[in-house]
Amino acid sequence: MSYAIEMRHIRKEFPGIVANDDITLQVEEGEIHALFGENGAGKSTLMNVLFGLYQPDQGEIYVHGKKAVIHDPNDATRLGIGMVHQHFMLIDKFTVAENIVLGKEPKKHGLLDMAKAVKIVKELSEKYGLDVDPNQKVEDITVGMQQRVEILKTLYRGSDILIFDEPTAVLTPLEIQELIVIMKRLVKEGKSIILITHKLKEIFEACDRCTVIRRGKNIDSVAISDTNPSELASMMVGRKVNVQVNDAPYEPKEKVLEVDHLTVLDSRKVNVIKELNLTVHGGEILGIAGVDGNGQTELIEAIAGLRKVKNGRIKINGQDVTNQKTRKIIEAGLGYIPEDRQKHGLVLDFSIGENMVLQTYYKKPYAQLGILQNKVITKKAKQLIQEFDVRTPSEKTLARSLSGGNQQKVIVAREVDRSPELLIAAQPTRGLDIGAIEFIHGKLIDEKKKGKAVLLVSFELDEILRLSDRIAVIYEGNIIDIVNPKETDENELGLLMAGRKKGGNQA
Amino acid sequence: MIGFLKKINWMTLLIPIVSVILGLLCGAVIMLIIGYNPLLAYQSIVESIFLQPYYGGETIRAMIPLVLAGLAVAFAFRTGLFNIGVEGQLMVGWLASVACAIIFGHLPRVLLLPMSIIAGGAAGALWGYIPGLLKAKFKVHEVISTIMMNYIALYTTAYIIKNFLYHEGERTPTIPASASLASNFLANLTQGSRLHWGFIVVIIAVIAMWYILWKTTKGYELRAVGFSPDASKYAGMNVSRNIVLSLTISGIFAGLGGAMEGLGTYQYMTINSAFTGIGFNGIAVALLGLNSPIGVVFAGALFAGLQTGGLTMQSVAGVPVELIQIIIALIIFFVGSSYVIKWAIERLSRKGHKK
Repeated sequence: MSYAIEMRHIRKEFPGIVANDDITLQVEEGEIHALFGENGAGKSTLMNVLFGLYQPDQGEIYVHGKKAVIHDPNDATRLGIGMVHQHFMLIDKFTVAENIVLGKEPKKHGLLDMAKAVKIVKELSEKYGLDVDPNQKVEDITVGMQQRVEILKTLYRGSDILIFDEPTAVLTPLEIQELIVIMKRLVKEGKSIILITHKLKEIFEACDRCTVIRRGKNIDSVAISDTNPSELASMMVGRKVNVQVNDAPYEPKEKVLEVDHLTVLDSRKVNVIKELNLTVHGGEILGIAGVDGNGQTELIEAIAGLRKVKNGRIKINGQDVTNQKTRKIIEAGLGYIPEDRQKHGLVLDFSIGENMVLQTYYKKPYAQLGILQNKVITKKAKQLIQEFDVRTPSEKTLARSLSGGNQQKVIVAREVDRSPELLIAAQPTRGLDIGAIEFIHGKLIDEKKKGKAVLLVSFELDEILRLSDRIAVIYEGNIIDIVNPKETDENELGLLMAGRKKGGNQA
Repeated sequence: MIGFLKKINWMTLLIPIVSVILGLLCGAVIMLIIGYNPLLAYQSIVESIFLQPYYGGETIRAMIPLVLAGLAVAFAFRTGLFNIGVEGQLMVGWLASVACAIIFGHLPRVLLLPMSIIAGGAAGALWGYIPGLLKAKFKVHEVISTIMMNYIALYTTAYIIKNFLYHEGERTPTIPASASLASNFLANLTQGSRLHWGFIVVIIAVIAMWYILWKTTKGYELRAVGFSPDASKYAGMNVSRNIVLSLTISGIFAGLGGAMEGLGTYQYMTINSAFTGIGFNGIAVALLGLNSPIGVVFAGALFAGLQTGGLTMQSVAGVPVELIQIIIALIIFFVGSSYVIKWAIERLSRKGHKK
């Protein structure tokens, strides 16, 4: 039997690491095949080899049973391989049709034939049920729609093998469902799909077979009907996975964070937060669910004193911290795990030890009369490295050279150790592997048990549902509803996140 | 992982060394082409510096302002700022120290000498503070403002000397002996070189920079802001204040460098029609010294040695002293193209491994 794609014994080495070590991937014609593995397992490398961005050191590639040598993405396109990138490569000011034909425009007498382009796009869109308006500008359409434009780009170039690189990372739950329907439709029309993912749920909803890779090596290829989520998860991680659950009883204490009629402007002077009210109590995890760009970032930045508040009050432990300096707010009891850990959470060229005291370096016992007490800092760092299981040769190692998961552990260790009354965790597990995710979830639950207030912001509904005691849904700069995780599900949350209140009313 | 890190450190150390060697080699090639004997030329430099006390003393003398200028650039650079204004800061420091020494000439030495040194540092600090403030408050890029401050310094010092401190010979009067760093003892020791007590100030400055940056909370903050202003802001540090502080401290080092020239080497200040060049050489010294205090000392010694030894090179080997400037420029060129050197070393070492 011939495969749509067969990659045999691929090896790709980079200085210091073997990214792909004897990996074999066989994608049957007309199937959705998942490429499943942790971050850094070698998924992207393998796909970049297939797409011609890297040359393999060893191994062969067969496309529809014929041996192929792929020097660059143009070769891949000629062979009918198309990639739907995680980060869209679209020009905002262009229309959908213009974006799709860009680089391979239909011409009439040497001039661009826009009418033909629109017609082709319309036909393709109808054939695969993509429901895209060719004449709209990309900046005016939703993220889900933009992704479909990316899909159309590959179809327009005649691809019959589509690679989806972590396609659901940017989508709402509803859009994810729609995407799965589209993928199934594409397969029905004779395409083959490779889905790169580290999310189990998608695999079980969409895929036919799955190839698991771990640390650059092939672990197994299985039919989805023959396996189950926990088996796949342990295959990916290489050991049994304990799922952390927020099972501590919900006993809210006094108010720790009070946000009262908060209004915040963004950089374009538009109200991104409008009259927002929110309270977080000690002993609870409050999850904020919402689609990216609905004011989550601005809300947190306003609380942390990193963004000016236009109107309203913010109190931490009863103390008014509105428009205070960040340091003052930190001293009032704020702990903060920022969304962008490399840019905001760590000084990458500082050692782990130095990073462990990023907010406390000037205080006793880390400093006396303005002099750093390096011995105390080193001792603290060693203790935290041990306690939080940071995998590093020593506390002198630069934060830059740690893996993403270990970098995040350094931040969590630092923030939790300061024992703040309010801990804000923004996307605390984004891009991390299962082991690190469970570890960090456990630490957040511990904080709740200690009676601290935890404000969790995440785009992962799973995470929100699993950890939160209450879920606040943010939509266009306002909390449109607060729900009990035990009485809701992803569907209801998805609707709320899209701005539809219970009972189908538009919020 | 550890091995990898060690390799990087070793590499960073290797780059300036390789650059110096390449610079000297290229200099030798140029000498050969023009028809001089490079071996004789380099030999004369080494011999004069290490065997003739006068040139040895002059080398250390030349090092004094050069190292201070290098420290100034390196300090700002550690905070992520590029201080091109060392030249100007040095000039105002020079004038301030000389002016202080002349105006308060009646005071006893124990008061006058420290006062004059401090005046130099303070003037440099002010000249660094202004671009710092402009950057922190109005986001004026420090490269632009410090260059402008250089010109302001050049012409303001000339104006002040001409109108308030003029002495025959287009210069200020000579400072009183009670404010002077010059020393008969050191001069006799080095057969009449201009070596002065300023080297003690340099030693203190080198230790101070190291201590401030790596031992104090302020230094921690300055380095954090230098590496990542964003993370520093999120951690509650005041980024603007650190920018101002960094350029101010940087200016102190530069101002002290000027004071050393005024109180030590020359005992007066001339009306400069052009820049002294020490401040700009300081950039090269900091670059070659990898912005570390001890590295700056070594780099400063090398440049000072080349400049001083270049004089004997001219008399012994007949090589024009300007060639030294070419060699210094070549060294800086190679440090600047460190990427190429890194690449070449990596290729060579990999080949070595495979065999």
